Amino acid sequence: MTHATATVDQMRPPFPAEPGAGVYSNKLGMWVFLASDVMFFTALIGSYIILRFGVTEPWAKPNFVLNVPLTGFNTFLLICSSVSMVKAFAAISRGDQKGLRLWLLLTILAGASFVGVQVYEYIKLVGHGFTPTGYREGSLLAEHAAADPVTYGAGAAGLYGSTFFTMTGFHGFHVTCGVISMTYLYLTKVLPGKYSAHDYRGIETIGLYWHFVDLVWIILFTIVYLI
Amino acid sequence: MTTVAHAAPAHGAAHHAPMGFWRKYIFSTDHKIIGIQFLFVSLFFLLVGGLLAMQIRWQLGFPGKPLPGGGILPDAMVSPEGVILPEYYIQLVTMHGTFMVFFAIMPLLVGVYANFLIPLKLGAHDMAFPRINMASFWAAFLAGLIMLAGFFVPTGPSWAGWTMYAPLSARPDLYQSGVTQGQILWCISIVVLGLSSVMGSVNYITTIINHRAPGMTWFRMPLSIWALFITAILAVLALPVLQGAAIMLMFDQTIGTHFFDPLAGGQALLWQHLFWFFGHPEVYILILPAMGMVSDIVANGSRKPIFGYHSMVFAIVAIGFLGWIVWGHHMFMSGMNPTLGSSFMISTLVIAVPSAVKVFNWLGTMWRGNLQFHVPMLNAVAFVAMFTIGGLSGVFMAATPVDMFIHDTYFIVAHLHYVLFGGSLFALFAAITYWYPKMFGRMMSERLGKVHFWLTFVTYNLVFFPMHIIGMGGQMRRLYDPTVYDFLKPQQPMNEFISICAFALFATQFLFAFNFLWSLKKGRKAEQNPWHDNGLEWSLPNPAPHGNWERVPTVYRGPYEFSAPEAGQADFLPQHVKLPTDREPVSATAPAPPH
Repeated sequence: MTHATATVDQMRPPFPAEPGAGVYSNKLGMWVFLASDVMFFTALIGSYIILRFGVTEPWAKPNFVLNVPLTGFNTFLLICSSVSMVKAFAAISRGDQKGLRLWLLLTILAGASFVGVQVYEYIKLVGHGFTPTGYREGSLLAEHAAADPVTYGAGAAGLYGSTFFTMTGFHGFHVTCGVISMTYLYLTKVLPGKYSAHDYRGIETIGLYWHFVDLVWIILFTIVYLI
Repeated sequence: MTTVAHAAPAHGAAHHAPMGFWRKYIFSTDHKIIGIQFLFVSLFFLLVGGLLAMQIRWQLGFPGKPLPGGGILPDAMVSPEGVILPEYYIQLVTMHGTFMVFFAIMPLLVGVYANFLIPLKLGAHDMAFPRINMASFWAAFLAGLIMLAGFFVPTGPSWAGWTMYAPLSARPDLYQSGVTQGQILWCISIVVLGLSSVMGSVNYITTIINHRAPGMTWFRMPLSIWALFITAILAVLALPVLQGAAIMLMFDQTIGTHFFDPLAGGQALLWQHLFWFFGHPEVYILILPAMGMVSDIVANGSRKPIFGYHSMVFAIVAIGFLGWIVWGHHMFMSGMNPTLGSSFMISTLVIAVPSAVKVFNWLGTMWRGNLQFHVPMLNAVAFVAMFTIGGLSGVFMAATPVDMFIHDTYFIVAHLHYVLFGGSLFALFAAITYWYPKMFGRMMSERLGKVHFWLTFVTYNLVFFPMHIIGMGGQMRRLYDPTVYDFLKPQQPMNEFISICAFALFATQFLFAFNFLWSLKKGRKAEQNPWHDNGLEWSLPNPAPHGNWERVPTVYRGPYEFSAPEAGQADFLPQHVKLPTDREPVSATAPAPPH
């Protein structure tokens, strides 16, 4: 999404443009799919907002339950991967195969690391006793919550666990799908050099998806980890 | 999403190497075959839904009497004498609604006709993403099988009604006698179905925007395509919300989250909001394509241009938009703030305006037309009449004070069936008969079609009209046995009458099934343009070849030029026929012909 404005002069498609929107079908289809994905996350995030502000018990302070610095680093990683995606796109629109290979590989690695860090985070959280059903009985977190029910949101822990794992989990699932798709493109199209300055539709289309997933994370990070 | 990136549009694809049976008919990427696959599968699910309805009607008409043939059902469903048990009855109601809405009407309207008609009516070789199209069919098929599997797990399918209201659905362990697998299967099936719908709709939208033939401007598109376009937009935005909701519901049932569980601070009402936020656009997904196809057929059967083409288009757009802001009218009785209720009431009443515009335009089209009552036209006119009754009873429900009285009664059941059966299904009888020659190259029997139409029309009204009356008399929907209430006992003869008519209605449908299957092999061979229509699809042989056109046709006018003076002797003027006065469209991408 970011590069759509940055390189608007390059956007006159050299590849067959269909009549109609003046946009080739893969890109248009991706935009439509992203609109539907927006609605999917709206359902999850909307439910979170309604549940969090509908519950009478105090909600936990995020930095007491979650490892915010670790996830902050993860957020940085994902934003970097968006930058490298733009670099990959810019490289191939100049016809630079080497640049495409380098930057797309970096994007894949950053995306995969994001998922890896998230899995590590989940394991740590569940170890401390934070689960989708709330604070596990007898765990460290349950003890803290019993001692300080306001800071740890003891009364709303069930909702906290439910919404946290569902929202971040489905975001992680989207990132995983993106990493798999990009790896597939990398092996079948990028390495054999099938993209050129005249046809880089696949890179642009997957780029749109990647930036969208990144954008969703920035929203999720803000509303789940920061406030 | 890599397939999006790879699926190149199949340009100039008229000639193909012969393909084996599997590639051609089973794993086909041809939009016509996919439409036909959807047709057979959803007709099967229509039969399943009908069979469930018959059992419901047996219990309501003859409560306590053994179901004929009920002996073959397992003990969990019927008593040793074969009487339907209450637990099985609520499963019947749940699954009847689920199958009819999600696996019969919706794929029949959208899966079949969006796939079949969009490329043919717009002059495209195929959909924008043929492989995603194939995936969409197989996902829908898989979803149907998963839903059907609910009947074969130990405790049977879901109990919670097709609307799956929480907490009944969210905590089956607490509120029901352990129907857990059936609930989970319902959720999984809906998530897969949503995936199918989104894949399909992305395809429809992209194809309509990008793959129109030269000269096929927006306002030369047939109304069926306009309706399918708006429907696809509704589906692409509404289904993901249901998916999200179904996923949360499934997590509540499986991993112990608390979204809809009031015991742990969750909100049962949140489910209703999510469900109906999807559910009301869904109502228009189920009727808009029917309206569009009926518009095409009514204009054809009246031999007149459609009355008020532009207002028809804007009415579709208006209904599509208003459909998003009315969902609360399903929840007037859920303890909603009365002020909020009033705003939902007003927005709902406003929908009557574009709906009425459409009804009056259909009447205006027929007015002084040279009416040809072929079978599709008969069914299309029945659609207009039945939709009007269903629409008017909808106004009763939109008004909050009246809705409080009739909420959850058979009045609602009657209204719903007037729009879904009287509306969508009559439109489908029209559409199936009308495009049958294009699909299979043969005509369905006109005589059988007329017998089927009249028997269906009469028995249908005898079944569903009295439901208004027993609903006003206070009979609740999903009620197992009306005779347990003294105030409902006087209505029992009416229930019996409805049931007998319902059996007749069901039996009549075998005429249609016979006509459909018999005509596949024995029907009269169709000429190229049997209905003398203007649509681009009739410029192709029947059935249309793989890849449709060798060279995409050019469009010179709208699709409703019937009885135009320029046409000379014929009373129709196809969209692709060039008259000496016609100019080549500016947007033509095909090489300009030499002058």
